[in-house]
Amino acid sequence: MNIIVCIKQIQDPEIPASKFRLGADGKKVIPPEGIPPVINPYDEQAVELALRIKEKRGGQITILTIGEEGASRAVKHALAMGADEGILLQDLTFEGSDSLATAHILTRAIQKIEEFDLILCGRQAADWDEGLVGSILAENLELPLVTLAESADFIEDRWRVKRVILDGYQIFAAPSPAVLTVSHELGPPRLPSGWGIITASKKEIPVWDAKFIGTEPTQIGADASRKKLIKLFIPQRERKCDKIEGEKPEDATSRLVEKLRTAGVL
Amino acid sequence: MKGILICGEPKEKKITSVSKELITTGKGLSSVLDQSLDFLLIGEKCENAAIEAANLGVDRVLTVQGPGSSDLHPERLVAILAQVCKQNDPMVILLGQTDMGRDVAPRLAAKLGANVCMDCVDLVFDESSKELILTKPVYGGNAMAQWALKNHRQLVVTMRPRSEKPAEPDPSHKGRMESISIEFEETQIRTQLMETTCTEGKGIKLEEAKVIVAGGGGIGGSEGFGLIQELAVVLGAAVGITRVPSDENWMPKSLEIGQTGHMVSPNLYIAVGISGAPQHLSGCSHSKIIVAINKDPEASIFGMADFGIVGDYREVLPALIEKLKALKE
Ligand SMILES: Cc1cc2nc3c(=O)[nH]c(=O)nc-3n(C[C@H](O)[C@H](O)[C@H](O)COP(=O)(O)OP(=O)(O)OC[C@H]3O[C@@H](n4cnc5c(N)ncnc54)[C@H](O)[C@@H]3O)c2cc1C
Repeated sequence: MNIIVCIKQIQDPEIPASKFRLGADGKKVIPPEGIPPVINPYDEQAVELALRIKEKRGGQITILTIGEEGASRAVKHALAMGADEGILLQDLTFEGSDSLATAHILTRAIQKIEEFDLILCGRQAADWDEGLVGSILAENLELPLVTLAESADFIEDRWRVKRVILDGYQIFAAPSPAVLTVSHELGPPRLPSGWGIITASKKEIPVWDAKFIGTEPTQIGADASRKKLIKLFIPQRERKCDKIEGEKPEDATSRLVEKLRTAGVL
Repeated sequence: MKGILICGEPKEKKITSVSKELITTGKGLSSVLDQSLDFLLIGEKCENAAIEAANLGVDRVLTVQGPGSSDLHPERLVAILAQVCKQNDPMVILLGQTDMGRDVAPRLAAKLGANVCMDCVDLVFDESSKELILTKPVYGGNAMAQWALKNHRQLVVTMRPRSEKPAEPDPSHKGRMESISIEFEETQIRTQLMETTCTEGKGIKLEEAKVIVAGGGGIGGSEGFGLIQELAVVLGAAVGITRVPSDENWMPKSLEIGQTGHMVSPNLYIAVGISGAPQHLSGCSHSKIIVAINKDPEASIFGMADFGIVGDYREVLPALIEKLKALKE
């Protein structure tokens, strides 16, 4: 089974809220100091799913990412987890691409890769949280799509995919090649092994540019973006907390119950 | 392009609460833009749901009934929706950020060549700039982004549940009912839906619960959730969890509350052993009263709660359960 996994490198989404900063113009997120960017957690789980399938069915895993030189860090991480190859899609014209443009770039890159049985993406990137790229990619490539995959396997000539829904799950069957977006219910991804890190560090990551993959200039980059960002702002969630501290549980809970009754919620 | 189209969701002969919230958003838009408001329902036997929608102040309720339209296969829904959009050419297509909307909206936008914005909490038309203004949580709820969009391209938007009040019946304005038939080729359907299973317990649904007791990483294991459940029973509450108990398999994953799980807004939300990450708060910050029980006085959840007790839940919960039981008697 040859599997392509599309990944994105993002600012660490698990930094404490107090470290999250916006630029003075209110249009940029300032990367937290001293905390390196990471592979988008859902994409890391897509790599994990690819590895689980490969362990069972064999094959080759190719990692695709769009980004600057620094983005090869995320590719190296995926390689260290056990993926076989990485490709960096890099071009000045790619910069500032929105989800539709990103899907276009990935579409063209994938059309260069001849043989594959499965394309995996994370369900969404934990920065802009849109959850568009995988689905639009599937539409562009006219391939079957199952979103929010918790697990998948190739059984009797079809992909069997367990899809998460809010209060349960669905099972889909899809012919090969298919596109899946992977959800966190898959479970925590493996850590790179020491050996994995050594082999990954030695691997060359080829760079493919716009000319090579044949992107349409009008469809990519900041100019193609159809939405204009007005501003970013931090939502107000703070409440004034009436905090009971240093009291015996019996007393503290008595007072809490009292207050909740006064507030009319008990 | 003309009109606003809402893709509603029927459920047990009614329309979902998210569908009613979409009507509120849609009405706002349709009045400033001076556009008609259509409400679409796809499925078998949704006559009663259609009547309910027609009473909520929409101009038209469109129903599509057809073979297999009830199994909610996302590809079928997309195929049907794409046809409806081609026939009616709406300028804005509204869906909920639900199992259906999440899946259907991106594909629909790609098929229509439309603009798309997912998981918005606000959508308004700015009359001075003549632009649609979309607001959406980004970076796991750490920030909100606001975008402007010129109004000359079709737009598909999903709205996050609970971002608007559900529409109320409007006796002065009754929607017309129209049933439409849609043809599409079965060959467009590439995947096969084999099974749909609901695993969520028989108890109170999180979205409908008036009181929720949620346990997080601080509970430390599945045994600890015994106390959470006991408290929930006394309160007649539903039980929710954060990502940690889900990842650790202490509790069923389907109970997760947050950005990617349930969006809840009960009267009372009791967060036990929960640190207060934005991704979790995203799903419960609309609760009327939030209570935090955490042993760390510095935990950020206290800054987002109305009441708090600093202490070990293993001591606080038994005392709280006692009190509440005594109160009941
Ligand atoms: C992309 C992404 C998406 C995410 N989406 C979600 C989501 O939808 N929902 C979600 O919940 N999370 C989500 N998360 C995870 C989120 O970032 C946090 O990691 C998670 O919510 C933390 O859960 P917690 O507060 O239960 O656990 P922890 O952060 O481990 O906090 C445990 C708390 O319990 C307290 N505690 C410990 N022992 C006790 C005790 N005996 N008594 C009382 N208090 C105690 C501690 O002081 C601490 O404050 C997401 C993360 C990422 C990266």
